Amino acid sequence: MDITKLSAFEMKKKLHQKEITSRELIEAHFNKIEEIDGNINAFITLDKTEALKSADKVDEKIRNGERVGLLGGIPIGVKDNIMTKGIRTTCGSKMLENFIPPYNATIVNRIKEADGIIMGKTNMDEFAMGSSTETSYFGNTKNPIDTERVPGGSSGGSAAAVKACEVALSLGTDTGGSIRQPASYCDVVGIKPTYGIVSRYGVVSMANTLDQVGVFGRDVRDAVLMLSSITGYDEKDSTSFKNPEGTIIFGSFPEEIDYNNYLKGMKVGLPKEIFGNEIDIRIKDQITKSINIIEALGAEIEEISLPHLEYSLAAYYIISTSEVSSNLARFDGVRYGYRAKEYNTLDELYINSRSEAFGEEVKRRIMLGTYSLSSGYADEHYKKALKVRTLIKNDFDKAFSKYDVILSPTSPVLPFKFGEIKDPLSMYMADLFTVPVNLAGLCAMSIPCGYVDNLPVGIQLIGDKYKEANIFKAGLGLEGGLKNGL
Amino acid sequence: MGYKTIIGLEIHTELMTKTKMFCSCANSFGNEANTNCCPVCVGLPGALPVINETAIEYAIKAGIALNSNIITNTRMDRKNYFYSDLVKGYQISQDDLPLCEGGFIEIELGDGTKKVNLQRIHIEEDTGKQTHTTEGDTLIDYNRSGVPLIEIVTKPDMNTPEEARLFLEKLRATLKYIEVSDCKMEEGSLRCDVNINVVDSETGEKTNITEIKNLNSFRGAVKAMEFEEKRHIALLKEGKNTVRETRRWDEVKNETITMRQKLGVADYRFAADGDLAPLVIDNKWIEDIRSNLPELPHDKKERFIDEYNLEPYDAGVLTASKDLAAFYEETIKYVNDPKLVSNWIMGDVLRRLKDEEVEIEDVSLTPKALGQLISIVKDGKINNNTGKKVLKEMFDTGKDPETIVKEQGLIQISDEGELKGIIEKILDENEQSIIDFKNGKDRALGFLVGQIMKASRGKANPQLVNKMLTDMLNER
Repeated sequence: MDITKLSAFEMKKKLHQKEITSRELIEAHFNKIEEIDGNINAFITLDKTEALKSADKVDEKIRNGERVGLLGGIPIGVKDNIMTKGIRTTCGSKMLENFIPPYNATIVNRIKEADGIIMGKTNMDEFAMGSSTETSYFGNTKNPIDTERVPGGSSGGSAAAVKACEVALSLGTDTGGSIRQPASYCDVVGIKPTYGIVSRYGVVSMANTLDQVGVFGRDVRDAVLMLSSITGYDEKDSTSFKNPEGTIIFGSFPEEIDYNNYLKGMKVGLPKEIFGNEIDIRIKDQITKSINIIEALGAEIEEISLPHLEYSLAAYYIISTSEVSSNLARFDGVRYGYRAKEYNTLDELYINSRSEAFGEEVKRRIMLGTYSLSSGYADEHYKKALKVRTLIKNDFDKAFSKYDVILSPTSPVLPFKFGEIKDPLSMYMADLFTVPVNLAGLCAMSIPCGYVDNLPVGIQLIGDKYKEANIFKAGLGLEGGLKNGL
Repeated sequence: MGYKTIIGLEIHTELMTKTKMFCSCANSFGNEANTNCCPVCVGLPGALPVINETAIEYAIKAGIALNSNIITNTRMDRKNYFYSDLVKGYQISQDDLPLCEGGFIEIELGDGTKKVNLQRIHIEEDTGKQTHTTEGDTLIDYNRSGVPLIEIVTKPDMNTPEEARLFLEKLRATLKYIEVSDCKMEEGSLRCDVNINVVDSETGEKTNITEIKNLNSFRGAVKAMEFEEKRHIALLKEGKNTVRETRRWDEVKNETITMRQKLGVADYRFAADGDLAPLVIDNKWIEDIRSNLPELPHDKKERFIDEYNLEPYDAGVLTASKDLAAFYEETIKYVNDPKLVSNWIMGDVLRRLKDEEVEIEDVSLTPKALGQLISIVKDGKINNNTGKKVLKEMFDTGKDPETIVKEQGLIQISDEGELKGIIEKILDENEQSIIDFKNGKDRALGFLVGQIMKASRGKANPQLVNKMLTDMLNER
C-alpha cells in the first residue's frame, strides 16, 4: 500500500487506529518528494528536520492518548508567500531568495496548533503574479498529469504537490483565481473562501483587497478539513471577519458521505454571460455532464444574468496592479531581501535593486499599477475600475438573493504547454471566470469534473459571502455523483 | 509703500499613546536603536496594520480642543513614495477625508484677539529616523516608525513671525493641556513646517511660497521666518521673485538654505488603504471625549481671575502652561494667599525658569517647598530678600526652605534685645550719620539701616529695624 495516496481523512483514521505512525507517513512523503520532485519541482524549500520532529510529537500524543488536533500528523505544503519563522520564504522571487522571516503567519501557527506537519514551501509564480508558475525565479513547476504542461498558477506548486501525493493538503493564495485555476489544471479540489475568513497576517500581499488564502486537497472533504483548521478571526488582521455565529465552515464530517442528499432543493444559477462565451467545446461538454448530475441529484438549475461580468477582467487588472504597485514598494533593498551591489545614490539603490531582483511580469504589473494610480489617470482608470467592481458585486448580490450556488467552468482553456502562451494578455484570459469572485469577495471552489484527451477539467461552484456551506454541499454532491458514474 | 507677509504652518505632533499607531510596540523616546520594532513597524512582508484606538481618541480630543469638526466617516489612505526611513514604500495617512476639518486658535495681540483658522487635522504614522555618519553611512533607527502623529494645517492667516510664534505657543499649550502630546521639539514630538510669502501692498505682486521644513525650535522658527520675510521683501524690491522651493534653517549660519526646488506637484498616488476598514466614528464617542476634556487654557484663565482675584495678565501667564497652572494651584494649598503666590511665581520663579531655559515640570522645586518658603517669609521668620536667596538655593540644590534656613542660620532676628545691641553698635560707629540725620538728611537713615542689615547678615527684621532705629535716633 502506498500510504501517500490515501486521503487526509484516511491517513487520520489509520493514525488513530495506530496502523501507521506520523513519522512513517512523513518519511513516506519525503521519500516520494525525493523520488519525483526533481521532475515536478513543486517545492522551493523543504524542512525535513522540523517536520520529523513535529511528527514524533504527534506520535507521542497518540501513544499517550492525548487529544490530537484536526490536522494531527498530516503532511502539508505551504505556498512560499506565507511567512514561516526560520524557514526561508521567497515568494518565488530573487528579491527574497535568502529571506528568512522572524515570524509566522497566523495560519501557519494555526496549522501547528492543529498538529499539522509542514513539509516545506511550495513553488509559485513570482509574488503570485501569473497563471502558470512559469514566472518563478526557482524554475517552473510541472503538471504531474503531463509534465510538458503547466500546473496553472500562481499556486501551481501547492496544487502539483497535492496531485503528486507529495503532501496530502496544501495552502495556496488566490487573488484572481490562483487556487481554483491550478486546482482545475492539476485535477484536485481548490477552495478560495470568502474574503476575510482566513487571516492574511503573514501572507505577502499581492493585491490586498483581493488576496485570499485557501486550500488544496484531493477531494472535497479533505479540502474542507484543511480550511476548517485555518479559518477564524485574527485580531492582527483588520480585514478579518468576526463571525458572530461561530464557525461558518461545514460543521462535522460524517464517516460516510451520502452524496444523494446534498443537492436536493438547491437553487443553482448558470450565468449566460459565461456559458455564451467561446469556451472550448470539450470543456463545455464536461461541464454539461456535471450540470446534468447536479440536476439529477435534485437541484433546480436556471439561467441567470450577470450583466457586468464582461468588464471583470479589465477592472481586475487595473485594481490588482494598482495595489501591487503599492504593496511591492517595501521591497526596496534597504532592510531585507536583495540589494544591488552597485549604486551611488539612494535612488540608484532602489532602482538597481528592484531592476535586478524583480522578474518581467512583476515589473510589468508594477508599471501598470503605478500608471493607473498616478494623478491625472487615477480617475479614468483606478477609480472607474472601483465603480465597475461595485456593479459586479451588485450583480452577484442580486443573483444570490435567489440562488445558492452559481456554476461556471473554472478555466476557459485546458492546461497548456510551457511557453505556449507568450502574450501576457492571452495569459490573463486564463482567469476570466475566476476573477469576478475575488472582485466581489465571494467564496468559490474548483472540483475536478472529468477529462478531455487525458487533461483534467475543473468546474467552479461559486457561493455568496460566508455561505461556504452551500458550495461544500454542492461539491460533495457533485463529487459523489461523478464518482458513482451518474 | 508696504509689504504684507503671509504665513501658514503645518505642524506634526507625535501622540503620546503607550503603543504605536498600527502595532503593539512601545511608543517611547530614547530607547536603544531598533529595539521597539516588530514585523508591522518595520514593514516586513506579510505584516498588516491594526489601528490603535487611543490614537484616534487623542486625535479627536485635539480636534475638539482646537474647535474643529470631527468627520465621522473617514478612512486611512496610503501615501506612496520611496525613502529609506519609510518602511513600506508608503505612509499610512489621510488624504481627502481628514479626521478633523476646520477649527481655529485665538491668539492675543497688543491690539486685540486674532483668530488663526485651521484647514484640517489628519492622522498619520511617523517614519524612522536617519543619522548620517561622517564616514558617509546612513544609520536608520525604526523605533519612531509607526508612532502616531497628527498633522495640523493652518490657513495662511498669520502675518508676522510673532503671530506665528504666539500661535505655536498656544497650540503647544493646548495639546499639552489635553495630554495628547508632550510637544517636546527637541525630541521631535512637535515639528513645524512654515509656508511663507510676501505681497507688495501697492502693486499686489506676490512672491512664490517658500516652504521651510523641519524647524525644531520656536526660536529657530521665528528666526527663519524673519530671515525669509526680509529675503522676500528684498527680492520684491529688486523686481525679482522667489523660486518655488523648500528650504531649511541653518542654525549656525543663521540663514535659510535651499533644499530642493519644487518643479511639479509630487505624485503620491494616494489610495485608500485596503488593509484597514473605513473609520466610522460614533457620535457618542465624540461626545464622551468632549465631556471628559480637561479645562482648556482660556477657561482656566477666566477661572483664575474669578477664583483667585488675579489680574488678567497674571492669570494669562500662569495658565499658559498646564504644568505652571497646576504648580500654582498646588502651591496655594500650602500657603493660602493666591495673590502672594502669584507674585512669587510671576517674579522670581519665572525669571529663574527663563534664565535656565527650563520648564516648570523639569525643575526640582516642588509646590510644597515653594509654599513653605512663602509661609516662612509671610510669617516674618525670614525677610523678603533672604527669601529670594533661599529660593535660588532651593532651585540649585532641591533642598527644602526650612533646611536651608536652618543650615545657614537665616532666621530673621525679631528679638528686640538682640536688635537693640546691633543698632547701638552701629550708631556708636557712625556718629557723623547721627548728626546728618538730626540735620534732616534722610539718606543717613537708609545708610544706617544698610549697615544694620549687613551687621546682621541680612537677618534683621527690616520693619522692626526701621521702627527701633527711628526711636533710638530720636532718643540720642
